Amino acid sequence: MVRRTGLGIVETRYFTFADEKNPFELESGERLWPVTLAYETYGTLNADKSNALLILHALTGDAHAAGFHKGDKDPGWWDNMIGPGKAFDTDRYFVICSNVLGGCKGSTGPSSIDPKTGRPFGLTFPLISIKDMVSAQRILIDHFAIERLLAVAGGSMGGMQVLQWAVSYPERIDSAIPIASTAEHTPQQIAFNEVGRQAIMADSNWREGDYYGRSLPVKGLSVARMVGHITYMSDASMSDKFGRRYKDSKQPFKFSPEFEVEGYLQYRGDNFIKRFDPNSYLYITKAIDYFTLSNGKPLHGALKGVNAHFLIIAFTSDWLYPPYQSQQIAKACKLAGINATYCELRSTYGHDAFLVEADEQTYLISHFLKKVARGRA
Amino acid sequence: MVTPNSTVLDLGCGEGDLLFLLEQEKEVKGQGIEIDDKALFECVGKGLSVFHDDIDSGLVDYPDKSFDFVILNQSLQQVRKPDMVLHEALRVGQKVIIGFPNFAHVRSRLQIFFGGRAPVTPSLPYEWHDTPNLHFLSILDFERYCRKKKITIERAAFIGTQKRVPLLPNLFAHTGIFLISRDQGLSGSS
Repeated sequence: MVRRTGLGIVETRYFTFADEKNPFELESGERLWPVTLAYETYGTLNADKSNALLILHALTGDAHAAGFHKGDKDPGWWDNMIGPGKAFDTDRYFVICSNVLGGCKGSTGPSSIDPKTGRPFGLTFPLISIKDMVSAQRILIDHFAIERLLAVAGGSMGGMQVLQWAVSYPERIDSAIPIASTAEHTPQQIAFNEVGRQAIMADSNWREGDYYGRSLPVKGLSVARMVGHITYMSDASMSDKFGRRYKDSKQPFKFSPEFEVEGYLQYRGDNFIKRFDPNSYLYITKAIDYFTLSNGKPLHGALKGVNAHFLIIAFTSDWLYPPYQSQQIAKACKLAGINATYCELRSTYGHDAFLVEADEQTYLISHFLKKVARGRA
Repeated sequence: MVTPNSTVLDLGCGEGDLLFLLEQEKEVKGQGIEIDDKALFECVGKGLSVFHDDIDSGLVDYPDKSFDFVILNQSLQQVRKPDMVLHEALRVGQKVIIGFPNFAHVRSRLQIFFGGRAPVTPSLPYEWHDTPNLHFLSILDFERYCRKKKITIERAAFIGTQKRVPLLPNLFAHTGIFLISRDQGLSGSS
């Protein structure tokens, strides 16, 4: 018998909605059309459409969550969690993942062509919010004619979308799994994003966002990515990974990367342009910073009337989205009378833990989903 | 002691055996609080809802009378501030069910008196250096405490090694289980 270990080859698909007569209305009041969402699905939707899960990606993620694209060496970004027998078990569930509105991996974003001008939007692209991303996903779920999702799940910015789903469409979800996330950004979190944005905007190639078809603001995006990477790791994980080791290079001293950590960050930063649009980085980080589930009011008020079961996961070494932020979500669940589980997993991987620590997450999520599915049956 | 279809908060629910049983047999809506990672995993494996938290701090968030029953099963003697936890449990729950090992069991008394050593019994199975228990109380201690704090004892059960103890519980019960409440105590006791 051949042991199945993964999803094999998968493909990204595209769903387009909204036109000039029926535009997609954004939280800001601006209107957008047409709107395309890139998405992938894994597993099979059952006859009564009751086994669907929506996976929500983080800042630089995309619709390609699992399996391999033809010819690719690396699988999707959460392949260790999605597939046959995995946490999001495609033998049981139908898994959907879409690229967010404002993204650059097939969904409508600032690099898309504005039908009014025939040129890329650039900074004429309207401000988008986490709520807008979720509204667009809801239209995609309608397109599948799925009445209720068994679960919405995601880490980091994906967790924010999970929370927004619970608040915007409580009648459409049975459960919510926010991982390493928060109900709103603190000044520290906004500050790190702002450094990234300033780096991009300080690059002379950025040209107020009008760089398509010209030299790209490679260096600005690279520095933004470097800052990001630092915040995703932890003191311990960086020490483990790099120590104070040197790269072997015989070049004379000229402030070129000498430590391994420098080389790693520069490599990651410089390669980021191949898969990410700098303007998307500006728009999406702004959406994250503006996100606030309760808008200054007590969080449990926003969750009143939510019936979904919650599984909230945080990681001990995550200093970008520290466990106390997940505890605040758990506390709000207590006050709102929501059936919830909160678990703080031990890990040294920092914020990256949600992408790396598959074993414990798999145990928690698979049992949680089985419970939710039983409750529904 | 737990009525069917009620809401139950189990403080220090361990691996969730009791809460699981209550959900299965009495169809309660259960919520656990547990600090130990491994025990918490067992709970999730059983399909229970659990918060990874400390009993000492995990209660404060709940509004008054959030649950029909708050359970402290073999956990009160392990918290840092039992007085505060009991106070909070009585605030958060309509009724509180509490079970604890009786330190005054005859075997403990004999071991201290004749052996001159800290007792090790079926309900207090630990050595002095590895015990999670921070507080040692007897059934008599608890009854006095309730009188002093104007807490009503609605029901009590005393368990020996296997079965109930009909006589002299402070001497022969390994475990005391009490159903207590406060509001009723203030208005209804005669």
